[in-house]
Amino acid sequence: MLATGVVGAAEDPWIRWSWVSGHVDVISAALVQHIELTLIAVVVGLLIAVPLGLLAWRSRVFRGPIFSLTGILYTIPSLALFSALVPFTGFTFLTSEIGLVSYTLLILIRNIVVGLTSVPEEVREAARGMGYRPLAELVRIDLPLAIPAIVGGMRIATVTTIGLVTVTALIGEGGLGSLIYDGLLRDFKTPLVVGTVLSVALAFAADLSLAGVQRVITPWSRGRATA
Amino acid sequence: MNFANQVVQWFLNGAHWQGDGGIPHRTLEHLAMSGASVLVAAAIALPIGIAIGHFGRGGILAINISNIGRAVPSFAVLVIAVELFGIGALPAFIALVALAIPPMVTNSYIGMREVDADVREAARGMGMRDRAVLWRVELPIALPLIMAGIRTSAVNVVATATLAALVAWGGLGRFIVDGFGLQDYPMMFAGAIMVAILSLIVEFSLAGAQRLATPAGLRPSKPVQKEEPLGIARDPAMVAA
Repeated sequence: MLATGVVGAAEDPWIRWSWVSGHVDVISAALVQHIELTLIAVVVGLLIAVPLGLLAWRSRVFRGPIFSLTGILYTIPSLALFSALVPFTGFTFLTSEIGLVSYTLLILIRNIVVGLTSVPEEVREAARGMGYRPLAELVRIDLPLAIPAIVGGMRIATVTTIGLVTVTALIGEGGLGSLIYDGLLRDFKTPLVVGTVLSVALAFAADLSLAGVQRVITPWSRGRATA
Repeated sequence: MNFANQVVQWFLNGAHWQGDGGIPHRTLEHLAMSGASVLVAAAIALPIGIAIGHFGRGGILAINISNIGRAVPSFAVLVIAVELFGIGALPAFIALVALAIPPMVTNSYIGMREVDADVREAARGMGMRDRAVLWRVELPIALPLIMAGIRTSAVNVVATATLAALVAWGGLGRFIVDGFGLQDYPMMFAGAIMVAILSLIVEFSLAGAQRLATPAGLRPSKPVQKEEPLGIARDPAMVAA
């Protein structure tokens, strides 16, 4: 589907605009798939990480195993994890997502625990003194104060995931990674450059948007912003 | 458990343990390439991070280089290196060095900045010259974080060296990529297991080295909350806020 404009090219320039203008549909489909894979991974990652983060924060017994397990998942190289899943879940969207979600967990849980741990003890004492019950204290005091760290974790997890999505090109998904892989297979630089530039741009755009979200939902922290 | 049995059979096949394509040779290749890349990257990155931390200029660069590095997919770096340098060991090596540099710059910078200003003052007050302050005070205190950067980079490098099999280099990634190509799933799975184990061994040994690198005076007398048994999260570049 991509094989045009490369046969007989004496010298392959870094970018061939005619290819780009002729493949807008292919490029935008890859971009959309990249965003989909990333969004689902981070949202599912967060759904798993919040309860595990709370558990790791509250219970010393669970903290060790939770960090060990997610740490091991984080350490396993992406290509190894994806290909270890293929015999069971095939060359599918599911395989990609299981891998991608696994990599978000350590980052998200780690930041949730750091955020919750950094809530000053006096603040929690005061909340209890004002009659907050444990659940209300968690929802209205602890979690809001941990938001900067949690969103910070989401930023790192999102940017990391956007990079890892490119590797899923090898199992037939990949979003913009499929352009990079195509560039490698055909020794044709244009899709490689387009895929790389868009992937980096997407990472920066996602990072800035999450930073914006963080500013909007934590009005009290403005003025002493943490980067 | 037919598939598990096939994987076991693959490992038990003596032919897979011999020659240039055998498990021992591929493992050594993987380790040699990763080790060389990390060493060269450290020789470039650590002086930069330490100098920025010591002189206190360029901190924004030192912090942001990790964020930028994270945004650039390692797969893309590898393929770009192939376009520039052809296929084989050279592009893999150059891509791995480039990927290993940012975390080491950031962590060594943070390590140097986190040296208590009072400690520095005290060292000067004791009559230490600038160079002695650097070598005998700042560096020993910064060493654990410098090691954290090396560990993060090393684990990344071992992972990305796996991808290098795609650009016609060897290493353990060969089993995965060839298993893919031949639709030999037991081989692919066996490759994945070996790569995962190698990464975990590297992670655990460097976490141990990091603990040993902590000066005796800075070690907590009794272990503080055993929060991260793997030690991974001791990398401050991974924690936001």
